[in-house]
Amino acid sequence: MSVTDQKPIPKRPSSFWSYANPVKFLAFSERVMPALWWLAGICLLVGLVWGFFFTPDDFRQGSTVKIIYLHVPSALMAINAWFMMLVASLIWIIRRHHVSALAAKAAAPVGVVMTVIALVTGAIWGQPMWGTWWAWDPRLTSFLILFLFYLGYIALWEAIEDPDTAADLTSVLCLVGSVFAVLSRYAVNFWNQGLHQGASLSLDKEENVADVFYFPLLVAIAGFVLLFLVLVLYRTGTEIRLRRTRALMAREART
Amino acid sequence: MIPDLGKYADSVLSSYAASFILLAMLVFLTIRRGRKARHALEAIERKKKSDG
Repeated sequence: MSVTDQKPIPKRPSSFWSYANPVKFLAFSERVMPALWWLAGICLLVGLVWGFFFTPDDFRQGSTVKIIYLHVPSALMAINAWFMMLVASLIWIIRRHHVSALAAKAAAPVGVVMTVIALVTGAIWGQPMWGTWWAWDPRLTSFLILFLFYLGYIALWEAIEDPDTAADLTSVLCLVGSVFAVLSRYAVNFWNQGLHQGASLSLDKEENVADVFYFPLLVAIAGFVLLFLVLVLYRTGTEIRLRRTRALMAREART
Repeated sequence: MIPDLGKYADSVLSSYAASFILLAMLVFLTIRRGRKARHALEAIERKKKSDG
Protein backbone atom coordinates (compact mmCIF):
# COMPACT_ATOMS: atom_id res chain seq x y z
CA MET A 1 0.00 0.00 0.00
CA SER A 2 1.48 3.32 -1.01
CA VAL A 3 1.60 6.31 1.26
CA THR A 4 -1.12 8.06 -0.73
CA ASP A 5 -3.48 5.11 -0.24
CA GLN A 6 -3.43 5.49 3.50
CA LYS A 7 -6.51 7.02 5.05
CA PRO A 8 -5.84 10.34 6.78
CA ILE A 9 -5.93 10.08 10.53
CA PRO A 10 -9.10 11.85 11.67
CA LYS A 11 -8.29 14.96 13.64
CA ARG A 12 -9.53 14.54 17.19
CA PRO A 13 -11.47 17.47 18.54
CA SER A 14 -9.37 19.11 21.22
CA SER A 15 -10.83 18.58 24.66
CA PHE A 16 -10.92 21.13 27.44
CA TRP A 17 -8.12 19.24 29.20
CA SER A 18 -5.74 19.68 26.30
CA TYR A 19 -5.36 23.32 27.41
CA ALA A 20 -3.58 22.00 30.50
CA ASN A 21 -0.60 21.88 28.15
CA PRO A 22 1.13 25.26 28.69
CA VAL A 23 2.22 25.56 25.03
CA LYS A 24 -1.31 24.92 23.81
CA PHE A 25 -2.75 27.27 26.41
CA LEU A 26 -0.38 30.07 25.36
CA ALA A 27 -1.16 29.55 21.68
CA PHE A 28 -4.90 29.65 22.38
CA SER A 29 -4.75 32.71 24.63
CA GLU A 30 -2.54 34.64 22.19
CA ARG A 31 -5.12 33.93 19.50
CA VAL A 32 -8.21 35.07 21.42
CA MET A 33 -6.82 37.92 23.52
CA PRO A 34 -6.83 40.71 20.89
CA ALA A 35 -10.56 40.18 20.25
CA LEU A 36 -11.25 39.99 24.00
CA TRP A 37 -9.38 43.26 24.69
CA TRP A 38 -11.46 45.01 22.05
CA LEU A 39 -14.76 43.51 23.20
CA ALA A 40 -14.04 44.34 26.85
CA GLY A 41 -13.13 47.93 25.95
CA ILE A 42 -16.20 48.42 23.76
CA CYS A 43 -18.62 46.93 26.32
CA LEU A 44 -17.12 48.98 29.15
CA LEU A 45 -17.22 52.17 27.10
CA VAL A 46 -20.79 51.63 25.88
CA GLY A 47 -22.13 50.47 29.26
CA LEU A 48 -20.53 53.25 31.29
CA VAL A 49 -21.20 56.07 28.81
CA TRP A 50 -24.80 54.90 28.39
CA GLY A 51 -25.27 54.63 32.15
CA PHE A 52 -23.54 57.87 33.05
CA PHE A 53 -24.81 60.20 30.31
CA PHE A 54 -28.07 58.74 29.05
CA THR A 55 -29.99 57.43 32.06
CA PRO A 56 -32.20 59.50 34.33
CA ASP A 57 -31.80 60.04 38.08
CA ASP A 58 -33.62 57.68 40.42
CA PHE A 59 -36.61 59.22 42.21
CA ARG A 60 -35.19 58.24 45.63
CA GLN A 61 -31.44 58.02 45.13
CA GLY A 62 -30.99 60.92 42.73
CA SER A 63 -27.86 60.85 40.58
CA THR A 64 -26.07 58.41 42.93
CA VAL A 65 -27.84 55.63 41.01
CA LYS A 66 -25.11 56.10 38.37
CA ILE A 67 -22.70 54.40 40.77
CA ILE A 68 -24.58 51.15 40.10
CA TYR A 69 -22.72 50.71 36.77
CA LEU A 70 -19.45 50.31 38.67
CA HIS A 71 -20.56 48.91 42.01
CA VAL A 72 -22.70 45.98 40.86
CA PRO A 73 -20.36 44.66 38.11
CA SER A 74 -17.28 44.92 40.35
CA ALA A 75 -19.04 43.21 43.27
CA LEU A 76 -20.28 40.49 40.94
CA MET A 77 -16.77 39.92 39.61
CA ALA A 78 -15.23 39.99 43.10
CA ILE A 79 -17.40 37.01 44.08
CA ASN A 80 -17.20 35.17 40.76
CA ALA A 81 -13.42 35.60 40.54
CA TRP A 82 -13.21 33.66 43.79
CA PHE A 83 -15.46 30.93 42.33
CA MET A 84 -13.26 30.75 39.25
CA MET A 85 -10.26 30.35 41.59
CA LEU A 86 -12.17 27.64 43.46
CA VAL A 87 -12.80 25.66 40.25
CA ALA A 88 -9.16 26.07 39.18
CA SER A 89 -7.98 25.02 42.66
CA LEU A 90 -10.18 21.91 42.59
CA ILE A 91 -8.75 21.01 39.17
CA TRP A 92 -5.26 21.37 40.66
CA ILE A 93 -6.12 19.24 43.70
CA ILE A 94 -7.81 16.50 41.66
CA ARG A 95 -5.90 16.44 38.36
CA ARG A 96 -2.62 18.25 39.21
CA HIS A 97 -2.67 20.49 36.12
CA HIS A 98 -0.13 23.27 36.69
CA VAL A 99 -1.88 25.70 34.35
CA SER A 100 -5.02 25.59 36.51
CA ALA A 101 -3.03 26.41 39.66
CA LEU A 102 -1.36 29.30 37.80
CA ALA A 103 -4.74 30.52 36.52
CA ALA A 104 -6.03 30.66 40.11
CA LYS A 105 -2.91 32.58 41.14
CA ALA A 106 -3.33 34.95 38.18
CA ALA A 107 -6.98 35.68 39.02
CA ALA A 108 -6.39 36.72 42.63
CA PRO A 109 -4.99 40.25 42.02
CA VAL A 110 -7.80 40.92 39.55
CA GLY A 111 -10.33 39.74 42.13
CA VAL A 112 -8.80 41.89 44.84
CA VAL A 113 -9.04 45.02 42.67
CA MET A 114 -12.69 44.20 41.90
CA THR A 115 -13.33 43.80 45.63
CA VAL A 116 -11.67 47.15 46.40
CA ILE A 117 -13.75 48.89 43.71
CA ALA A 118 -16.93 47.34 45.15
CA LEU A 119 -16.00 48.39 48.70
CA VAL A 120 -14.92 51.93 47.74
CA THR A 121 -17.89 52.67 45.48
CA GLY A 122 -20.21 51.10 48.09
CA ALA A 123 -18.82 53.36 50.82
CA ILE A 124 -19.09 56.46 48.60
CA TRP A 125 -22.66 55.48 47.68
CA GLY A 126 -23.58 54.60 51.26
CA GLN A 127 -22.52 57.92 52.72
CA PRO A 128 -25.28 60.08 51.15
CA MET A 129 -27.90 57.29 51.15
CA TRP A 130 -27.42 55.69 54.58
CA GLY A 131 -25.60 58.56 56.28
CA THR A 132 -22.53 56.42 56.91
CA TRP A 133 -19.51 55.21 54.95
CA TRP A 134 -19.58 51.81 56.60
CA ALA A 135 -21.90 49.62 58.63
CA TRP A 136 -21.27 46.17 60.09
CA ASP A 137 -24.01 44.85 57.88
CA PRO A 138 -23.93 41.12 56.91
CA ARG A 139 -23.15 41.71 53.25
CA LEU A 140 -20.57 44.45 53.86
CA THR A 141 -18.84 42.45 56.58
CA SER A 142 -18.68 39.24 54.55
CA PHE A 143 -17.31 41.28 51.64
CA LEU A 144 -14.60 42.74 53.86
CA ILE A 145 -13.66 39.22 55.00
CA LEU A 146 -13.57 38.10 51.36
CA PHE A 147 -11.13 40.98 50.70
CA LEU A 148 -8.93 39.77 53.58
CA PHE A 149 -9.04 36.24 52.16
CA TYR A 150 -7.83 37.59 48.81
CA LEU A 151 -4.89 39.29 50.55
CA GLY A 152 -4.11 36.13 52.51
CA TYR A 153 -4.28 34.05 49.33
CA ILE A 154 -1.82 36.33 47.49
CA ALA A 155 0.49 36.49 50.52
CA LEU A 156 0.52 32.68 50.80
CA TRP A 157 1.59 32.28 47.17
CA GLU A 158 4.44 34.73 47.76
CA ALA A 159 5.50 33.21 51.08
CA ILE A 160 6.11 29.63 49.90
CA GLU A 161 9.06 28.89 47.68
CA ASP A 162 8.06 25.49 46.32
CA PRO A 163 5.36 26.15 43.69
CA ASP A 164 3.55 22.82 44.16
CA THR A 165 3.33 23.26 47.94
CA ALA A 166 2.14 26.84 47.41
CA ALA A 167 -0.52 25.61 44.99
CA ASP A 168 -1.65 22.93 47.49
CA LEU A 169 -1.94 25.33 50.44
CA THR A 170 -3.54 28.16 48.49
CA SER A 171 -6.09 25.68 47.09
CA VAL A 172 -7.10 24.72 50.62
CA LEU A 173 -7.32 28.42 51.57
CA CYS A 174 -9.49 29.00 48.50
CA LEU A 175 -11.87 26.22 49.59
CA VAL A 176 -12.21 27.78 53.04
CA GLY A 177 -12.67 31.30 51.64
CA SER A 178 -15.49 30.10 49.40
CA VAL A 179 -17.75 30.16 52.44
CA PHE A 180 -17.34 33.94 52.55
CA ALA A 181 -17.78 34.27 48.80
CA VAL A 182 -21.14 32.52 49.19
CA LEU A 183 -21.99 34.64 52.22
CA SER A 184 -21.14 37.84 50.29
CA ARG A 185 -23.70 36.84 47.70
CA TYR A 186 -26.47 35.53 49.93
CA ALA A 187 -25.92 37.32 53.26
CA VAL A 188 -28.87 39.64 52.62
CA ASN A 189 -31.12 36.61 52.25
CA PHE A 190 -29.85 34.89 55.41
CA TRP A 191 -30.17 37.87 57.72
CA ASN A 192 -32.89 40.45 57.56
CA GLN A 193 -31.06 43.07 59.54
CA GLY A 194 -28.57 45.30 57.73
CA LEU A 195 -28.64 48.31 55.46
CA HIS A 196 -27.76 46.69 52.18
CA GLN A 197 -30.62 46.06 49.75
CA GLY A 198 -31.37 42.71 48.09
CA ALA A 199 -30.23 41.66 44.63
CA SER A 200 -30.21 44.34 41.92
CA LEU A 201 -30.29 41.67 39.24
CA SER A 202 -32.51 38.68 39.70
CA LEU A 203 -34.56 36.17 37.77
CA ASP A 204 -37.48 37.54 39.75
CA LYS A 205 -38.72 40.46 37.63
CA GLU A 206 -40.23 42.23 40.64
CA GLU A 207 -36.86 42.41 42.36
CA ASN A 208 -34.95 43.84 39.37
CA VAL A 209 -33.99 47.46 38.85
CA ALA A 210 -36.06 49.35 36.25
CA ASP A 211 -35.33 48.61 32.59
CA VAL A 212 -33.87 52.06 31.99
CA PHE A 213 -31.03 51.18 34.39
CA TYR A 214 -31.06 47.45 33.71
CA PHE A 215 -29.86 47.37 30.08
CA PRO A 216 -26.82 49.63 30.42
CA LEU A 217 -26.01 47.71 33.59
CA LEU A 218 -26.00 44.43 31.65
CA VAL A 219 -23.58 45.92 29.09
CA ALA A 220 -21.31 47.20 31.88
CA ILE A 221 -21.38 43.75 33.51
CA ALA A 222 -20.43 42.16 30.17
CA GLY A 223 -17.50 44.61 30.01
CA PHE A 224 -16.30 43.68 33.49
CA VAL A 225 -16.64 39.93 32.76
CA LEU A 226 -14.65 40.26 29.53
CA LEU A 227 -12.01 42.43 31.20
CA PHE A 228 -11.64 39.83 33.95
CA LEU A 229 -11.35 37.06 31.38
CA VAL A 230 -8.70 38.77 29.27
CA LEU A 231 -6.69 39.85 32.32
CA VAL A 232 -6.71 36.31 33.72
CA LEU A 233 -5.62 34.86 30.36
CA TYR A 234 -2.82 37.44 30.07
CA ARG A 235 -1.66 36.99 33.67
CA THR A 236 -1.76 33.16 33.40
CA GLY A 237 0.49 33.45 30.34
CA THR A 238 2.85 35.63 32.37
CA GLU A 239 2.93 33.08 35.20
CA ILE A 240 3.70 30.26 32.72
CA ARG A 241 6.57 32.26 31.23
CA LEU A 242 7.97 33.17 34.66
CA ARG A 243 7.92 29.51 35.71
CA ARG A 244 9.62 28.43 32.47
CA THR A 245 12.28 31.12 32.95
CA ARG A 246 12.95 29.93 36.50
CA ALA A 247 13.19 26.31 35.33
CA LEU A 248 15.68 27.22 32.57
CA MET A 249 17.77 29.31 34.97
CA ALA A 250 17.83 26.47 37.49
CA ARG A 251 18.89 24.03 34.78
CA GLU A 252 21.62 26.42 33.63
CA ALA A 253 22.89 26.85 37.18
CA ARG A 254 23.20 23.06 37.58
CA THR A 255 25.28 22.63 34.37
CA MET B 1 -21.51 67.60 28.46
CA ILE B 2 -21.52 66.24 32.02
CA PRO B 3 -25.10 65.64 33.16
CA ASP B 4 -26.40 67.65 36.08
CA LEU B 5 -25.56 65.47 39.06
CA GLY B 6 -26.98 67.87 41.60
CA LYS B 7 -25.88 67.65 45.21
CA TYR B 8 -24.45 64.17 44.70
CA ALA B 9 -21.91 65.24 42.06
CA ASP B 10 -18.94 64.67 44.42
CA SER B 11 -20.06 61.13 45.28
CA VAL B 12 -20.72 60.08 41.68
CA LEU B 13 -17.58 61.65 40.21
CA SER B 14 -15.30 60.33 42.96
CA SER B 15 -16.71 56.81 42.48
CA TYR B 16 -15.92 56.94 38.78
CA ALA B 17 -12.49 58.49 39.34
CA ALA B 18 -11.48 55.90 41.97
CA SER B 19 -12.69 52.99 39.81
CA PHE B 20 -10.94 54.23 36.67
CA ILE B 21 -7.67 54.75 38.54
CA LEU B 22 -7.82 51.25 40.06
CA LEU B 23 -8.71 49.58 36.74
CA ALA B 24 -6.05 51.55 34.84
CA MET B 25 -3.40 50.59 37.42
CA LEU B 26 -4.43 46.93 37.21
CA VAL B 27 -4.20 46.87 33.41
CA PHE B 28 -0.92 48.84 33.36
CA LEU B 29 0.80 46.63 35.97
CA THR B 30 -0.50 43.45 34.31
CA ILE B 31 0.91 44.45 30.92
CA ARG B 32 4.21 45.71 32.36
CA ARG B 33 4.80 42.47 34.29
CA GLY B 34 3.79 40.41 31.25
CA ARG B 35 6.23 42.21 28.97
CA LYS B 36 9.09 41.81 31.46
CA ALA B 37 8.38 38.08 31.78
CA ARG B 38 8.22 37.68 28.00
CA HIS B 39 11.56 39.49 27.47
CA ALA B 40 13.26 37.54 30.25
CA LEU B 41 12.16 34.22 28.74
CA GLU B 42 13.17 35.25 25.23
CA ALA B 43 16.61 36.33 26.48
CA ILE B 44 17.28 33.06 28.29
CA GLU B 45 16.02 30.98 25.35
CA ARG B 46 18.24 32.96 22.96
CA LYS B 47 21.21 32.37 25.24
CA LYS B 48 20.39 28.67 25.49
CA LYS B 49 20.24 28.42 21.70
CA SER B 50 23.53 30.26 21.18
CA ASP B 51 25.26 28.08 23.80
CA GLY B 52 24.00 25.01 21.96
